[in-house]
Formats: sequence, structure tokens, C-alpha cells
Amino acid sequence: MAAKLKGWKEIPEAGTIVEPGNARNYKTGGWRSDRPVWNKETCIHCFFCWIWCPDMAVQVDQANKKMTGINLEYCKGCGVCAEVCPKKCFTMKNEKELTNE
Amino acid sequence: MSTIQKNKLSLTGNQAAAEAMRQIDPDVVAAYPITPQTEIVMAFSQFHADGKVNTEMIRVESEHSAMSACIGSASAGARTMTATSSQGLALMHEMVFIAASLRLPIVMPVVNRALSGPINIHCDHSDTMAERDSGWIQIFAENPQEVYDHMFLAMKLAEHPDVQLPVMVNQDGFITSHGVEIVDVLEDKAVKDFVGEYKPKTPLLDLKHPVTMGALDLYDYYFEHKRQQAEAVKRAFGLFDKVAGDVSKLTGRKYPMVETYQFDDADYVIVTMSSAAGTTKFVIDSLRAQGTKVGLLKIRLFRPFPYKIISGLLKGKKGVAVLDRSASFGAFSPVYTEIMNSCYYLDARPNIYPVVFGLGGRDLTPKLIESVYTGLIGNKFKTDQIEYLGVRE
Repeated sequence: MAAKLKGWKEIPEAGTIVEPGNARNYKTGGWRSDRPVWNKETCIHCFFCWIWCPDMAVQVDQANKKMTGINLEYCKGCGVCAEVCPKKCFTMKNEKELTNE
Repeated sequence: MSTIQKNKLSLTGNQAAAEAMRQIDPDVVAAYPITPQTEIVMAFSQFHADGKVNTEMIRVESEHSAMSACIGSASAGARTMTATSSQGLALMHEMVFIAASLRLPIVMPVVNRALSGPINIHCDHSDTMAERDSGWIQIFAENPQEVYDHMFLAMKLAEHPDVQLPVMVNQDGFITSHGVEIVDVLEDKAVKDFVGEYKPKTPLLDLKHPVTMGALDLYDYYFEHKRQQAEAVKRAFGLFDKVAGDVSKLTGRKYPMVETYQFDDADYVIVTMSSAAGTTKFVIDSLRAQGTKVGLLKIRLFRPFPYKIISGLLKGKKGVAVLDRSASFGAFSPVYTEIMNSCYYLDARPNIYPVVFGLGGRDLTPKLIESVYTGLIGNKFKTDQIEYLGVRE
């Protein structure tokens, strides 16, 4: 996560991003305070969570049309998935408590 | 010295700016008219309507939109210009900072006018001084000729690959903008060859090299980008004399960052900018005829500020009055503050007096300027007390 930060002489001017798609390098999972814990058993693979997730953190197996989990490197813990899930498959658990567990 | 053909035209400061814009023929002009800048947009619109420029003219609904459109256009890679005054510049304020931070070489004539309120349409520098920390280069013109010459100086400096910063070309509202003077105008080709073709570094329209501009920049990199910006302004400072020298080769006129008049042997000096310098020169001539050793230091380049040049010049002077055409309420005015900063480390610091004049277009008469020199000579001013020149008690 903690990549070495570059000095002002090493970076493009004005904050211009000259390399497309590098938002992937920005792992936003560290922002999360609550983690969506997914119950695989009750999931009906409707993809509501996938379509609503603002950070494309819901991972799916496209070939088999199955939801496979949450990418915690990017999930910011906003809880939209838990809100929209018709089967209430997500439980938002506090990261601190999860660590203690 | 030069084979460049010159025409003498009678132009106002506004017309001189518009004429330079016609010759530069920028890709995009997005502007909104405001007194006293209106004539620039009017004259340029006429050039546009008559097919004398290839510019895309964007008629916007406000100055905030004007600068926003300019930022879009310059980001796309187009050579971009606008013009404004007073409230217009104030309305642009947030976009003015963005233009500089995104390193977009926009050139903008600013026809200096007092900020409201109470509402006033006449000259002072409160509009441009409110933008002095925006990251723009600020050049001040004394007369229409300087306005004209500064325009392509500004374009060249702004677009220099080591600079990439926007420039304000300031002139005094009405005094310069509506005063007709004889202006030496270069032939079109000379200006076009001088500014050349603009080669943007990372234009948005270069589809083979897609970029994102203005993305979120937090505590991990924002500071580094500000450090880069400081360096770019520093490089602009280093390149100013070179670019000004290149303009001199075309025009035969000189554009030092700081200009002096009857200065070397002068004991008492006025420091000021813009049209006030012209009146001061006139007063100096009459005082010199009476044997008084008085002189002038005129600042052309205000941002970046030429500290060392100025401290070198003011060293050993007996008295210096700094005439500011703007006020910073509860503090000293911008030019005075910079002059004080320049002189702090001098062994022999002159007495430097803060004088505020000409707010809202109050006339700066030769008599008032003479009273400043008399005050300096008679030791009548206090260094820690602002003298309000020409205000009624």
C-alpha cells in the first residue's frame, strides 16, 4: 500500500495524469471503517451490489454469471451493497471489531 | 536597426490590446464585456466578424464562464486569450487560480478598475492585486504602446515550454484604456513569426496520448505540484529579460522588469507602476530644471517580483515614497510591502514611505506628485503611517 512517494521533480506538471488507468494503483480500501461481510449461501447473484457499487469493488465471474466477493483493496465500506441487496446477504462489520476477532 | 515595417496608428490602450490580439490571432477567445475593458472585446469581435482572425470566439454569460471556457480551451491545446476588468476579474477569481495551477498559458489583458463597493468604474489596482497570489505573471503597462508590446511579450513568455503559465497584461482603466496615443504597430507577419505556433505539452485533444487534467490531488502530492508551480514562476522570472530582449529586437524599445528615470543621482525617489509613472516623469523634468535631484523607479513586472534588482537600485537613497493604487485595509499596500521586503537586508536602508493614491480613479495630478517629492525632501512623512494622497480631510 505505501508505495514510495515521488519528489516534485519526478512527477508530471500540474497533477496531469499522463498514464491512463492508473486509478487502479490507488488502493482506497484503507479508507474503510465498516466491511461488508458477504453471505455466499443466501446470495441469488442478482448483481444489484455489482451495479450499485461506486468503486467497482464487487467482483464477479463473468463467464459463470456469479458474484464472487468484494475486493477489499478498493472497497471503501460505504454500505451501498448492504442497502440494495434484496436478500440481505451483507452484514456491515466494524473493521476494528473484525481485527479483534 | 530593424527591417520590420512599422505603422504608426492612433490607438487607445484597449485598441492597442485588441490590435495585438488580432495579430496574434489566437485559436480561442472567450470573453465577456465589462467597463472599461469593453472596447477590447468589441474591437476583437469586429475583427472576428470581418473575418480578419481565424479565432473561435465564445460569447459567454459571465466572466466565471469566460475563464472556465479559456481553461477548457487551453487544456485542449488551443492558444487562448480573454480580457477583463474589476468585478469581472473578481468573478473569475476561483478559475484564475485554476488556470495557473493547471499551467495553462492564457494571456489576459486586465484593464484595471476599482472593485465595488461603492460601485465605481474608474481606475485603481484593487482588481489585479486581489489576484496577486494566484500564480499568474503580472505585467503593468504605462501607456498604449506598452500595452501593445506587452501583449506578444506575454504570449511568448506564457507559452515558453519551461514556463507554461498565464499572464495578465495590466493597463490603467480609462487613463490608458481610453486615452488615444500614437502606437508603433508591427506588421502582422512580424508578430505571427514572433509568437510562432503554440506547441502544448499534454493537450487533451491529443487522442493518441490521453491525459486527465485537474484530478483530485490530496496531501500526498498537492504540495509537490505547488512546489513545481513555484519553480515555473521562478523560471518565468529567469526568462523574462530574454523574451523582453527578443521583443526589443522587433520594436527597438526596451522592457526591463524595473525601469528607472533620472534615477542614478537621485536622492529622493518615487516607486510606482502603470500610468502614474508617466505623470511622475513629467514632474521630475520640472523639478530637475529647478535643480532638485528626484527620480522614478517604475515596476513593470510585479509577479514574479524583482526583489534583488530593486534593493540594488534603492540602496543608499535618502527617501523613497511608494505610491500604491490599491489599499490593503489594516495593512500596508502590496507594492509598498514588496519594496520593504526587497530592502530589509540592505546595510544602508533608505527611509521608505507608504503612499496610497488614486483609489476609484481619483486623479493623480502633477501637483500631488510634486507634494510627495516636497514631503520626502522636507522629511514630512512617517515610515509607519500611510499617507493618503489627495483624499479630503
